[in-house]
This record gives sequence, structure tokens and C-alpha cells, in this order.
Amino acid sequence: MVTSSVTTSQVLITQGIDIELSFNQAMEGIGISPDFSHLLWLPLPMLLVLIAAVIGVLVTVWLERKISAAAQQRIGPEYAGALGILQPMADGLKLLVKEDVIPKRADGLLFTLGPVLVLVPVILSWLIIPFGQNLLISNVGIGIFLWIALSSIQPIGLLMSGYASNNKYSLLGGLRAAAQSISYEIPLALAVLAIVMMSNSLSTIDIVEQQNSAGLLSWNVWRQPIGFLIFWICALAECERLPFDLPEAEEELVAGYQTEYAGMKFALFYLGSYINLVLSSLLVSILYLGGWGFPIPVEWLANWLGQSIDAPLIQIINGSIGIVMTILKTYLLVFLAILLRWTTPRVRIDQLLDLGWKFLLPIALANLLITASLKLVFPFAFGG
Amino acid sequence: MNIATTTEFICFISLSAIVIVGSLGVILLANIVYSAFLLGGVFMAVAGLYLLLNASFVAAAQVLVYVGAVNVLILFAIMLVNKKEELKPVKGLQIRRVLSAGVCAGLLALLFQVDLTTPWALPGPEAIGEEAIVRIGEHLFTDYLLPFELASVLLLMAMIGAIVLARRDVLVSDVVTGESVDQSLIEKTGAPFLIDKSSS
Repeated sequence: MVTSSVTTSQVLITQGIDIELSFNQAMEGIGISPDFSHLLWLPLPMLLVLIAAVIGVLVTVWLERKISAAAQQRIGPEYAGALGILQPMADGLKLLVKEDVIPKRADGLLFTLGPVLVLVPVILSWLIIPFGQNLLISNVGIGIFLWIALSSIQPIGLLMSGYASNNKYSLLGGLRAAAQSISYEIPLALAVLAIVMMSNSLSTIDIVEQQNSAGLLSWNVWRQPIGFLIFWICALAECERLPFDLPEAEEELVAGYQTEYAGMKFALFYLGSYINLVLSSLLVSILYLGGWGFPIPVEWLANWLGQSIDAPLIQIINGSIGIVMTILKTYLLVFLAILLRWTTPRVRIDQLLDLGWKFLLPIALANLLITASLKLVFPFAFGG
Repeated sequence: MNIATTTEFICFISLSAIVIVGSLGVILLANIVYSAFLLGGVFMAVAGLYLLLNASFVAAAQVLVYVGAVNVLILFAIMLVNKKEELKPVKGLQIRRVLSAGVCAGLLALLFQVDLTTPWALPGPEAIGEEAIVRIGEHLFTDYLLPFELASVLLLMAMIGAIVLARRDVLVSDVVTGESVDQSLIEKTGAPFLIDKSSS
């Protein structure tokens, strides 16, 4: 039932492109020891993912500006590059050179540490995001559970910055953010658990593999429609996006826990929240929308064209389709999140907590129970 | 010593240093908020130690439960209470400090004694790595089923107790003294917490 990690990785090496293996072979070719070439390899995918995350944020910020403008019948940024595409860069540069202000009565150490604690777990979570068969930093066995664990660190950073600012709005914002994260983490984890139950594995690679047997029709969204909605609502709440952006509700709390922040520290919060949005969208597309899978399996297309799936050209096309599909699905979800932000009103704090504890939690539990029974009754369709 | 073992050794030393210094800070710092944040750091370092032992699931569970839940709740409690109060100086504080330090040192000496006299089987059992999740699940539902269920019953009891304590609006009289409770102080949903008494 459960393949051990050794055999899975062997299977992965024999099929599909493995850049790490080629890199190590090339390094051995010029006479570098395997140990040292591994050490040289390690930072490369990390750097690549970091760059991908930052570019993803820049694109998202631009989209946010443009879509919000369209939703309010404005034009939005226009002069910085074609269609204002360089506007996010200008924003970032402005924040980078701004003076770094630490309020006099604030707690300097915690004030500095807070934004770091918010950003680092979010970036670490990119460890488990696959863009293709072998295109992820590390196929750790605990996979998706690592993300759940890491995202639970974030509230500490928020509480820390809220407390250290020595400002009642900041403290209230931090407390709200922590309460919100804790209450929406539970339905989120239960929705993920239903998926894990179906794919018999916590690894993101296995979760995507299990969805790609029949293309579009085998995506988890058809088997887990309730789980999909729960996950999406909770992901929005975890990202503090607008129907649930109480921690930084402008009309009530100035800007919540980030009120006192300026310059690069504020930019860290900003970056963290957008990286988190992109990450959540990526995870929705991985868990529910087939990850890197094309709506029609590439194997079928290759067979239909009379090509072998192992041919180098087909492999390269397959890999590129994988990356494009992942990004396409992710940005469709990002678009949805932005549209939701600019068209929905904010919920009240009691409505937010009621929704989390009295509605989503029971529904998520029921969803888990139904998934378990369906798995027992129809093992062929729900992963026996 | 190759690169991997050297890295592991450096990680072990720094994590242990964080655990020891951090726990000392938790106990000795006067500011309770610092203590709570440091406790989170200590929990994270312990998770790192689990990771070094190839127990990635236990490490992630440690982060999720201790850092994400326990520590956040401690911080919550501290920040919601956050009372600025002048505490009365305790009599004989110095003697008390010396005594408690002596007790702690004695316990430490006992631990060292146990550590040095126990014949440890080195090297320990082989780490099973990624397979651990499956094995933990099997154990929880076979030979450790009773402790597992008892733990969940205990948690359920704690939860019911918390709900009973938090639902103040059903109590007409005080449980301890038997006096009737001032109902205007009780928060009701939909009603403002602070009732304006100046008009009446």
C-alpha cells in the first residue's frame, strides 16, 4: 500500500528529467568529489525558489494594483514601464531606501525580530512546492504537514511585533491575527487530512501524482468539493485577505500590528503576506487542481502523436508544460483572491470566529468522515 | 570526518547551546514576555534536535503543538492580562533564591549521576526516517491504543471544564461564596460590554 521513499525516488530517477543527477554527473566529469558537488548543488534550487517567490510577489502586486483599478473603474499604474509593469519594483525600491524608524518607547529587539519571524516560515514552506516531477527543493516525507507546522509559527511573529510596538492598535491587531490564524488552522488541517487520506501520503509529489491518472477528471476538486471550499476560505483567512483582513482593518485599527513599522521592516510584512498568498494559491492548485498536470494527460497526447514519453524532446516539453500549468492555475487563484478582496466587505470579528469554529470546523469534520467512508466503499475512486 | 558529520556536529552544538541558554533565560529573566518568547525559541531548538535524530515527523509535531499552540496560548494569556502591578517585596528573597538554586543544583547533580552511570547502548537503534509516520500510526492504533484514547478523554475533560468556566452567563450565584452574581458585568452576545450606568 505504501511505497517506501527509497523505491519512489528510484522510480523518479529512472523516469523524467533529474537536473540534480545531471549536475552531479557534470561535476564528477570535471573531477569534483560527490560530497563537494552536492554542497555546490544545495544552494542552487533554494536560490531559484527564492527568486521565483519574489518575482511571484512582484507580479501579484502588479495584478493587485491593476485589478483593483479595474474594479473601481480606474486605470491604475501606467507610466512605470509598459502597463505600469515596473510599478512594484518602484514600490520595493522606495521601501528599501526609506528610513528605518524604531519608535522610542518600542522594544527594539522584539520589534526587529517580529517581521523576520513572520517572513521566514513562509519562505521555508516553499521547500515542498513541486513545479514538476523532480522540480522541488526536497521531497520530504512529511511534505504538507511541514507547511501546516511552519505556518503555525507565524502568529508568534505577529504577537511579537504587536506587543513590541507599544501601541494599543498594534497589540489588538497582533492578538486578532493570532486568534484568526489559530482558529482557521484547524479546519485547514482537517481539509488537508482528507486529501492525505485519499492519496495515502503526505508528500506533495505523491498527492499530485495520484490526481493525474485521467487528467482534468481525476483532479481532487471533483472528489473533495467541500474540502476545496474549506481550504480556500481558510487559506484566505490565514493570508489575512479582505473578507478576513481584520488584523489590519484600516477603519478600526489604523493598520493593525504593522502600524508602527516603516521602511524595510514594513516591506518584510508586505512581502510575507504576498508570498503567503502565492504559496496558498500554489498549495490549492497542488492539493485540488492537479498541480503540474495538464487537463489531458501528456502520456495520452504523446501516444496519440505516436511519440515515446521517454524521448528527450517530449520530456522537455512535458517539464515545461508542468511549470506553465502550475503557474497558470496558481495565478488564476491569485486573480480570484484579488477580485474577492476588491468586491467583498469585511466580516466582523464575531462573525469571523463563528464562521471558523461553528461552521467550518464541523463541516470539515463531516467532510473527513465522509471521505473516510467513501474510501472504504469505493477504494478505486478514493484511493484504497 | 566528512562534510555531513561536521555539519551535524556544529548543528548539534549550536542547538544544545540555544536550548540551555534559552531555558536559563526563561527562568531567570524578570520580564515575563521575554520568557514566553524564549520558551518558543527553546521549543524550536528541541524540534531541531529531533530533526538531527532523523525524526522529522516528531519535529514537525513539536513545532505545531508546542510552538504553534502551547506557546501562542501562553503569549495570549500574558498579553490579555498584561497588568501593570506593583508587587510587594517578598521577605527573605535572597535566602529563597539560594535555597531554590541549591535544590536545582542537586537535581542537576542527580541527573548527571544517572547519565554517567547508565550503560548507554551506542550506537542506538537505526533511525527509520520517512517510514516513521506509518510506524507511529500503527503503534497508536495497536499497542498504544489505550494511552492514546485516555489522552483524548483527558483533553475532552479539559475542554469541557474550560467551557464550563468560560460560560459565566448561566451562573446566577457564585459557585464558591453563594452570593448572587452581578449580571451587568457579564458579557452577552449582541449587547455592549460596558453598560452605560450614568443615564439610569
